[in-house]
Amino acid sequence: MTNQEPPEFFEAEQGLIFREPLVFELEERKEGRIPFRNEAVSGAELDIPEEFLRQDLPIPQLTEQQVVRHYTRLSQWNFSVDTGFYPLGSCTMKYNPRVNEEAASLEGFASLHPYAPEEAVQGALALMYELESMLAEITGMHRVTLHPAAGAQAELTGMLMVRAYHRELGTPRKKVLIPDSAHGTNPASCALCGFQVVQVPSDERGLLSPREISARLDQDVAALMLTNPNTLGLFEEHILEITEMVHRAGGLVYCDGANLNALSGVARVGDMGVDLVHMNLHKTFSTPHGGGGPGAGPLGVKAHLEPFLPVPRVSKIGDNFKLQVDFPKSIGRIKAFYGHFGILVRAYTYLLSQGPKGLKEATCKAVLNANYLRVALRDLYHVPYDRLCKHECVFSDRNQARFGVQALDIAKRLMDYGFHPPTIYFPLIVKGALMIEPTESETPETLAKFVEAMRSIAREAKDEPEKVRSAPHLTKLGRLDEVAAARRPVLKAPRTKPPSSHGEPS
Amino acid sequence: MGLYPDEKKQALERMLDFVGASSFEELFREIPHQVRLREDLNLPGPLKEWELLARLGSMASRNLPSPQVVHLLGAGCYNHHVFSATKSLIRRGEFFTAYTPYQPELSQGTLQAMFEFQTYVCRLAGMEVANASMYDGATALAEAILMAQRLKPGRNRVVISGAVHPEYRAVVRTITEPLGLEFIEIEPDSSWETHWEKVEASVTSNTSCLVIQNPNFFGTIEDLEGLQRAGETIHKVEGLFIQVVVETTSLGLLKPPGELGADIFVGEGQPLGLPMSFGGPHLGLLATKEAFLRQMPGRLVGQSHDSKGKRGFVLTLSTREQHIRRERATSNICTNQALCALAMTVQLALLGPLGLKEIAVRSREAARAAMEALAKLQGMIIPQRRIYNEFVVQTPVPPARLNGELLKRGIIGGLDLESFNPAWKGNWLLCCTEKNSPEDIRKLVLALGEVLR
Repeated sequence: MTNQEPPEFFEAEQGLIFREPLVFELEERKEGRIPFRNEAVSGAELDIPEEFLRQDLPIPQLTEQQVVRHYTRLSQWNFSVDTGFYPLGSCTMKYNPRVNEEAASLEGFASLHPYAPEEAVQGALALMYELESMLAEITGMHRVTLHPAAGAQAELTGMLMVRAYHRELGTPRKKVLIPDSAHGTNPASCALCGFQVVQVPSDERGLLSPREISARLDQDVAALMLTNPNTLGLFEEHILEITEMVHRAGGLVYCDGANLNALSGVARVGDMGVDLVHMNLHKTFSTPHGGGGPGAGPLGVKAHLEPFLPVPRVSKIGDNFKLQVDFPKSIGRIKAFYGHFGILVRAYTYLLSQGPKGLKEATCKAVLNANYLRVALRDLYHVPYDRLCKHECVFSDRNQARFGVQALDIAKRLMDYGFHPPTIYFPLIVKGALMIEPTESETPETLAKFVEAMRSIAREAKDEPEKVRSAPHLTKLGRLDEVAAARRPVLKAPRTKPPSSHGEPS
Repeated sequence: MGLYPDEKKQALERMLDFVGASSFEELFREIPHQVRLREDLNLPGPLKEWELLARLGSMASRNLPSPQVVHLLGAGCYNHHVFSATKSLIRRGEFFTAYTPYQPELSQGTLQAMFEFQTYVCRLAGMEVANASMYDGATALAEAILMAQRLKPGRNRVVISGAVHPEYRAVVRTITEPLGLEFIEIEPDSSWETHWEKVEASVTSNTSCLVIQNPNFFGTIEDLEGLQRAGETIHKVEGLFIQVVVETTSLGLLKPPGELGADIFVGEGQPLGLPMSFGGPHLGLLATKEAFLRQMPGRLVGQSHDSKGKRGFVLTLSTREQHIRRERATSNICTNQALCALAMTVQLALLGPLGLKEIAVRSREAARAAMEALAKLQGMIIPQRRIYNEFVVQTPVPPARLNGELLKRGIIGGLDLESFNPAWKGNWLLCCTEKNSPEDIRKLVLALGEVLR
């Protein structure tokens, strides 16, 4: 495309990168304790016997300014969606709208106790009720539970329901079919339910094949767990045939909805024969990733699974909303209270801001952006399944590996160019995988810059492989030794303080 | 594409052309036509930002949050003050729009903060190693029991005090159901304490773990001798002692589980810097001894260094986790509660030991004052001997009726315990925090006086 700009042109800046010790290494300031009512508390009035009381609490006493400066500096070491392009495949790192944050911090939501009287929480229940029906509409399902704390918890919930469903029929089934391209949480969730995982190989086009499913289907298969589009970013073209086949054998179909950003508004998995599907609100529905949570994983189910949904459930009776627990076939409670309400508020706000057309446009743009990257890079990076993809595209490091440059090295070198790396080494069925998901949030200009960076790295792999293998060079820290960390784990700060208060101990 | 201005439209058309599609429709050509949506979804919106805030504001105003009432509810979710500085720091985009720190060179902010969090949990709970969070206290307890099962294969009995939060016990049953465990739940005694003799009698060589909560669901600070004997009993059969702390502000004052014989600590971090938020997101804490590290679920952050020897932090010991071990993982957990863990870390940094002790003492003082005032009212019976910041009142009039009357007077009263267990009918669980002033208690007593007349 354009001519080759030197790497220094790109967005990676060094600038004011502060060093900052651990909070436990800061100089303590006892006078900085935040006062409550300006009265000293001696504890002498406590009528609790001494032996119940702790003798010391070894955490630092600091001023507000010390704390603010400390965590502000830490935050500046993070790359985030707010900082730049974050094309992690399967994570959907789209922009997190600020209005969502404002809505979630409204006092009427943030300072509301879950056990407050029913008449005091009607606004919260109304939001949950409406969100349930919006998500049911988007996925084509009958009922939705908002309880699960994340996708993995939704999978556990769904598989517990699958188990209950078959037991209710008097035919407890022990096996679950899972494609070899599945996310690790899928088999892990099944194992927690006592299911035996049977792996299904993907065909030469990267898809689930009816033949391979059929060969493994029997009366002991409780369910097929699939992802659509799958983790290669490809739409499962045989899905209608497959779901029908599983149903004929008496099994259920669970869809991992991590990739719903490729379908929302365009098609619904509920129309494809799926019986259960979870949604990741922190992916498709713009709630923030938070550095690793909190997320939320609502689960949608078809009518025949409704009786098994967790409790409590939100019902509307006349004009009022109620929380009800009297569902004898329910699998029970899967977490305390009702789910990640604060996250639900954000997703609800997002959906209202988009409307049906906005949701569809986002999906179209996400798919266009992913295909743009595929076409722009296919001459330099190997694309194992080089055809129309959905919202993400999987490349491999095959072309670079012949110069001794691996996916990990490419990922680290991208940091020098000012981009967060894509997902690497997943899905497992592609050796040296690089999964790139741009999302709809990115402009053509950003994508073009990313393409240039990737093309430059491909050249470096050929001409200066050592530069790529020893990357990153421009980040605060060089490549970190993960092997050493695991060999002798140090998982907390030691109790003794070093002499100097602001330098990092050697 | 009606929402895009013309120049954007041209850029999009160029991109479509570049990928060899003549329209957006063509980008979905492999989806079977019979499932392609022909119409827009039936969804509300789009709303402009001011309309959004008006709509959400109106929904929020149909709720009664704690600042608008005299608030006396606890029972697993607590009305403590969250510092402005805590809120403003976790709202930094570099923290909340970042992903899980799989690429450590770009995530040292999150990683160092999580390392600090792990350290804070260990110091608070008196334990040796903590993970980087679980969803909440209830699921953390379920994970702790699964962990005990892995450490004690072949055993299938769990002894659990009935003074552990009922929702926690319910969640544990749901999540562990496939294992077919035998749960022995011991009803609390008449003063809302764990019945230690019955607990000890239930522990057999087939018991994998013993679970208690301290302070318990009813606010009782459990008896030290009882705890000690229970610990000896479970350890004699080489089982594990799991101690749960839900009101974790109590750790500013009371002896921590690590000094009371706990092998696994389970906690709820919400009281330490998270808003109540109608029940979530909250924060599960899990910590244990070094010896059990490899069976502990959840993410772990470890210290490391780069090629120049500079200190840094990385996710470590991932071979326990789902993305490596899949069906043989210790847990299926992927996304956890990182931002909530950050909030607790920041809040603890702001509080320090003096601030946290003060919160604990003030919460307890308020509860004690309320307890003493209510004990003077005709017909109110309070059998507890030793409480933290919650207590149970046996009421002459059904708690539900009291709550109805109090609500009219701007007071959200305590929890009607009958809602959890018919055997607890006529009992009312009240909670106070540092935010309950003497004036609040006067209002409560006045209101109750009117209602009981």
